Amino acid sequence: MTRARPIIFGVVGVILLGALWEIYKAVGPATGVVIGGITVLPRTSDLAMPHLLTMWNRLGEPVLSQPGSPPLWQAVVAAAGFTLGIAAISWVIGVVVGMLLAVLMQRFRTAESALLPWIILSQTVPIIALAPLVSGFGSQLPNWQDWMSVVVIASYLAFFPVSVGALRGLESPEQAHIELMYSYGAGWWTTLLRLRLPASVPYLLSALRLAAASAVIGAVVAEVSIGLEGGVGRMMVEFASASSGDPGKPWAPIFGGIAIGLVAAGAVALLGQTLRKYRRTEVAS
Amino acid sequence: MNAVVVENVGKIFTVARRGTVTALEDISLVVAPGEFVSLIGPSGCGKSTLLRLIADLDQPTTGAVTVFGKTARQARIDQNYGIAFQQAGLLAWRTVAQNIELPLELHKVAKPVRRARVAELLELVGLTEFADRYPEQLSGGMQQRVAIARSLAESPGLLLMDEPFGALDEMTRERMQNELVRIRKETGAAVVFVTHSIPEAVFLSDRVVVMSPRPGRIRDIVAVDLGGTDVRDENLREATGFFATVSAVREALHGTPVDAVRGVENR
Repeated sequence: MTRARPIIFGVVGVILLGALWEIYKAVGPATGVVIGGITVLPRTSDLAMPHLLTMWNRLGEPVLSQPGSPPLWQAVVAAAGFTLGIAAISWVIGVVVGMLLAVLMQRFRTAESALLPWIILSQTVPIIALAPLVSGFGSQLPNWQDWMSVVVIASYLAFFPVSVGALRGLESPEQAHIELMYSYGAGWWTTLLRLRLPASVPYLLSALRLAAASAVIGAVVAEVSIGLEGGVGRMMVEFASASSGDPGKPWAPIFGGIAIGLVAAGAVALLGQTLRKYRRTEVAS
Repeated sequence: MNAVVVENVGKIFTVARRGTVTALEDISLVVAPGEFVSLIGPSGCGKSTLLRLIADLDQPTTGAVTVFGKTARQARIDQNYGIAFQQAGLLAWRTVAQNIELPLELHKVAKPVRRARVAELLELVGLTEFADRYPEQLSGGMQQRVAIARSLAESPGLLLMDEPFGALDEMTRERMQNELVRIRKETGAAVVFVTHSIPEAVFLSDRVVVMSPRPGRIRDIVAVDLGGTDVRDENLREATGFFATVSAVREALHGTPVDAVRGVENR
C-alpha cells in the first residue's frame, strides 16, 4: 500500500493536469486572459491549445503525408532514444569530472578557493553563447562530430551539481570520525575510500539526480543551438513550424522529452537503491 | 616499560587575533602498564588536551610524550593504543561487526583472523546477537559498547577514553562502568580515562589525577586504595573507603577541605 501510494499520486497528478487543460479550453475566453496588455493565459483555439485527444491521435498518424512515412510515435521514440544516449554520455562525463574536481578541492584547500568561484561562474554562461564556441573549437579537431559538441555542452551543465554536492559530501564526516581514521594511521587515500566517499553518498545521490536533469535539458537545448539532427531538440523546432496547420504535431517531441527525463530520473533512483546502505541519513539538496 | 610517560609537557594554542591560550603547563605523569588513571577537573583544565597529546592527535609545544618507550607518533602508527570518545563515532553504513572490524581491516589483518577477533569482542561487550544490526538501531549505551569493542580490536596495551560515558544516563553509565572493570580485568590494558564525574573516577581508577584550569596543571594525584579489579563491583559503591576517597578527590578539586557530610555538593 505504501509503495503504491506515490504511483497513485503521480497518476492522479497527470490526470488533474489533463483535466485542467481541457476545462480551461472549454470555459476560457477565446482570446485568452489578458491583464494590462499581457497575456497571462493562452488563447483557447484548437491551434493554440489542441485537445489532448488530438495530440494522442496525431502520434498514430504518419510524420508526413507522403507515402512510406513512418508513424509519428516511431519517429519520436527514435529521436528520444538518440537524445537519451547523448544525455547518458554527458551525464557520465559530468559525473566523472565533477567527482574529480570535488576530490581535488577536498584534498587541497587552495584548489577549493581557486576553483570553486570559477565552477559557480561557469554556470552563468548561457548555452546559446557557448554553442558556437564549442562547435567552432571542435571543428578544428580531426574526426570531430556535431554530437560531440552537444555532449560537451550537456556535460558542462551536468558536472556542476556533482562537483558542489560531492564536495559537501566529502566534507561531511565529523571531526571525531576523521580523528579516528588518523588514530588508525590511515592516510588520505584510505580515509577517502573508507570514510569520505561512503559518507558522501546521500549528498551525491541528490547531486546525481540534478545532474541527470541538467544533462537531459542540456542535450535538448544544445541540439537546437548546435543544429544537430536526429534528436528531440531539433524535432521540437522543426515541428513547431507545423503548428498552424497540424496543432497536435509539435506536442509529440515534447512528450518525447518528458519521457527522457522520466527514464533518466528512474535510472538514478535505481542507482540509489543499490547504494541503500549508505543512505541511512538522506540529505535533501 | 611504562605505558605512558609525560615529561614537562606544555601546550599553547594560538587562537584568533594573535592571542594564545596556555592549555597545559609543566605536566609530568607516568602511567604503569595495566594501570587505570583518571584525569578529572573543571572545564578548560586541559584534561582532554592531555589525552589528545598522548594519542598524537595534537603535538605538545614543549616537553615530550612517550608511549611504551616510543614517541606518541610512532605509537599511533604502530597501533599501541585504542581510543574511544564521548560520541561513539560509529560509521552509519557499517554493521556492528563491520564497525568493530574497521581497524583490523585497515591494517590488512587476514579475514578469518578478523572474523574470529570480532566474534571474541562481540562476546566481550555482550553484543553477539547484534552483530548484523546498524548503529542507528542501537541505544546510546550499546553504541558506546561497540565503540569500546572497536578500540580493543587490536589488543592494545593502552586504552585512551575521553568521557566515553558522558552522554549516557546514570543507570546505563554505572552498568558500563562495571563492564569496563570486567573488560580491563580480561584485557589487562592500561587506561587513561577523562571524566567529569568524581564517583566514576574513584570507582574505576588506581589513581585519580586532579587538574586545575588556566593554565592547565596537575593539582594533585589521589591514590585509590580500594583493591584490584576483583573487588570493583556494585558493593564498592556503598563501601566506606569509596566515600572517603570520593571526599579526598573532591577536596583536591576544590583546594580546601569540604564539609564532612558525604555526597553533598557545597560549592
